[in-house]
Amino acid sequence: MITRRDFIAALGGGIVVVLIADDSDAQEAGGGARRGTREPMPQNVSAWLHIGEDGVVTAFTGKVEVGQNSRTSLTQAVAEELRTPVASIRMIMGDTSQTPFDMGTFGSMTTPQMWPQMRKAAASAREMLVDLASQKWMVERASVAVANGKVTSGGRSAGFGELTKGEKLTQTITASAALTPATEWRVAGTSVPKVDGRAIVTGSHKYAYDIRRPGMQFGRVLYPPSYGATLASLDSSAAEAMPGVKVVREGDFVGVTAPDSLTADKALAALKADWKQLTAETNSRDMFPYFKKTSRDGDASRPELTSYTIAYIAHVPLEPRAAVAEWNDGKLTVWTGTQRPFGVRSELATSFQIPEDRVHVIMPDTGSGYGGKHTGEAAYEAARLAKATGKPVKRNWTREEEMTWAYFRPGGVIDAGAKVDPDGTITAWEFHNYNSGPSGLQSPYSIASKTEKSHNSKSPLRQSSYRGLAATANHFVRESYMDELAHAAKMDPLEFRLKNAKNERLRNVIEAAAAKFDWKSRKKTPGNGFGISAGFEKGGYVACCAEVRVTNGAVKVVRVVEAFECGAIVNPEHLRNQVEGAVAMGLGGALFEQIDFADNRILNLKLSRYRVPRFADMPVIESVLLDRKDIVSAGAGETPIVGIAPAVGNAIFDATGQRIRCLPMAPKGVPASGSDLV
Amino acid sequence: MARITELDVNGSRRRLDVEPDRTLLSVLRDDLDLTGTKYGCGEGQCAACTVLIDGVATRSCLTKVGSVSGKRIVTIEGLAPEGKLHPMQEAFLEADALQCGWCTPGMILGAVSLLQKNTHPTDAEIVSGMNGHICRCGTYPRIVAAIRSVAGKGGRA
Repeated sequence: MITRRDFIAALGGGIVVVLIADDSDAQEAGGGARRGTREPMPQNVSAWLHIGEDGVVTAFTGKVEVGQNSRTSLTQAVAEELRTPVASIRMIMGDTSQTPFDMGTFGSMTTPQMWPQMRKAAASAREMLVDLASQKWMVERASVAVANGKVTSGGRSAGFGELTKGEKLTQTITASAALTPATEWRVAGTSVPKVDGRAIVTGSHKYAYDIRRPGMQFGRVLYPPSYGATLASLDSSAAEAMPGVKVVREGDFVGVTAPDSLTADKALAALKADWKQLTAETNSRDMFPYFKKTSRDGDASRPELTSYTIAYIAHVPLEPRAAVAEWNDGKLTVWTGTQRPFGVRSELATSFQIPEDRVHVIMPDTGSGYGGKHTGEAAYEAARLAKATGKPVKRNWTREEEMTWAYFRPGGVIDAGAKVDPDGTITAWEFHNYNSGPSGLQSPYSIASKTEKSHNSKSPLRQSSYRGLAATANHFVRESYMDELAHAAKMDPLEFRLKNAKNERLRNVIEAAAAKFDWKSRKKTPGNGFGISAGFEKGGYVACCAEVRVTNGAVKVVRVVEAFECGAIVNPEHLRNQVEGAVAMGLGGALFEQIDFADNRILNLKLSRYRVPRFADMPVIESVLLDRKDIVSAGAGETPIVGIAPAVGNAIFDATGQRIRCLPMAPKGVPASGSDLV
Repeated sequence: MARITELDVNGSRRRLDVEPDRTLLSVLRDDLDLTGTKYGCGEGQCAACTVLIDGVATRSCLTKVGSVSGKRIVTIEGLAPEGKLHPMQEAFLEADALQCGWCTPGMILGAVSLLQKNTHPTDAEIVSGMNGHICRCGTYPRIVAAIRSVAGKGGRA
């Protein structure tokens, strides 16, 4: 790793702006001490930007691109404030030797936190260009303008490179530079196309899975047949006899390397291992009572509460975990797909007991994450095999490995209860989530008395974040239960929500979705039904209307309208794509995705056994984007996923009279009354 | 079975020396460094590994390299001449029919093959023709729109 001083020197001449994040928009960007760094970065450096003597603008951020189009939106931030075309900007992301420290790309924080920081760095660079022009040309500062990649004053005009030639200026900024208001944006707020789109459609972009190094070997790792099993004995003689194969055994870590992937697979299969396996505490059929039984603060179940259940589901990033590692002179370089390159650097430094400045993690734009790529397993395995064999090693996970040894969206049990006045006002609300998590736990409706608790339980599977975290589960239950209350109160579900929604932004999305869907003039026919839901999470307001058709128990979602508002829109087309994509992905968890497990094993670890949404599952999806230029932009990669499950569930109730209180709702279709299909 | 020493890939004869039971996917990626062809599941469920064999969309993860000797193989890297885009690639960009892009090369080749069989498919035919492909980011409706737009332009694909 190079230090900040080295780095700035390496950039050569021109202008460098180093942004020290202020507290208002960058709590997550802080670094803390870094072991072994000769000159530690200032604690809160969150972004930097360089304008070279060749006029090339390069911006650096520890954030990463996982398909959510942050590379494009951050480029827009720079283009907007630097008044230069998008095509003139290079964005270096998620490279621990080149970019400032960053906690990771999660929690929809890139837009609310990194985006304004990029703008501030770019705005400061623009002001430095104005200063330079004013000095060089001996003109009033006020006469200097920056537009379209040029600095002008009177009849004079210069490109950025011309102006910065021979300069070596570094400015560290902390104060909030004056930013262009959303109402005056020219590049931000427009549908700039995906900046790396061409590399993707031509297949030239190198993902972590695609990285190749000279002399590289292919690695596989021996995993136990069940969670928690330990290695009793190993006979690796057959594998070791295979040409080009190396077997690495260090304690319980056993891996093989080979010159090609098929030989590596064969060598792995040739390992004869005996395992000591553990008895499972629960399985996917029995886990719901288990969550309550193992709740650390007790079981708050009461008969008057209505209980819902949530299955474990898998992220299924289409690019599984992957890494290539190589060691040179005691220094480790790893290419890996991760949402936390600096976190992986720290994991590797700890694992190999070397200073962090001897670990370089490079994150090529990755084949999606959805919250599922926070950890560095593949990087660790590749590094370990590379260290033991003295050669670069690629460690690409198989789908089955990704489905077993990554982590899952938590399962859980959620109990809800409420009191409603005859006029439809909810007067009391009680909500308990066991194990699935606290995100989106709090009702966005205005209710006088609320009890909302998240209870930690023992998880039978490795669980962690997923797109939207528990907000999907909490919204499913809250909005399904709201529907139960509306029907009990004999009110229209839309009217019931509006009756209890006082927040203006919440009401706006509900009304926008209902208007586009034409909720009020919906016409029921046998077998079809309509549902509505709404919610708020991570700075975004969402409302969703769905129409379903149920034929012989089979559920077809026909049409979905989702309204979304997350402040000032950064890129309308990409936002629309996120909203639509979240609806599409959310249909899987709503209707059929679930992890089946027993005896400490995953039973459906292949895509032929674990069904994800496909073309034929798609409804017509329409999005309504509300652009609030008066409100600071929030992220949009997660919250649009929370509305679809309850809207579909409520529509199924409308169609069939059946209230389905579990996610997924219809893995085998909707049961006829009294049947046990689900 | 004899080792495979030559493949016809993207219009050129590529020399190599591999066992015939290797998957075409691994040979393309690991031996020829044509990494635009993606692994997604290894069991033909996601179609990220789609290539064209004599013009027909084929899952390279289930195809032994020994079975394609002498056949014309086209990967995403060879779909359009260097520096140019195929109309389907342009249509995917135009419709913003991708997010992370991992499924995109396979989608594009699957779509090209679909339009070769059926130059003017209905939306329902596009859906059934493409249903073997998975886009986990959920850009399906945009992909349908991209394919529809190419078909609408005369289906030069």
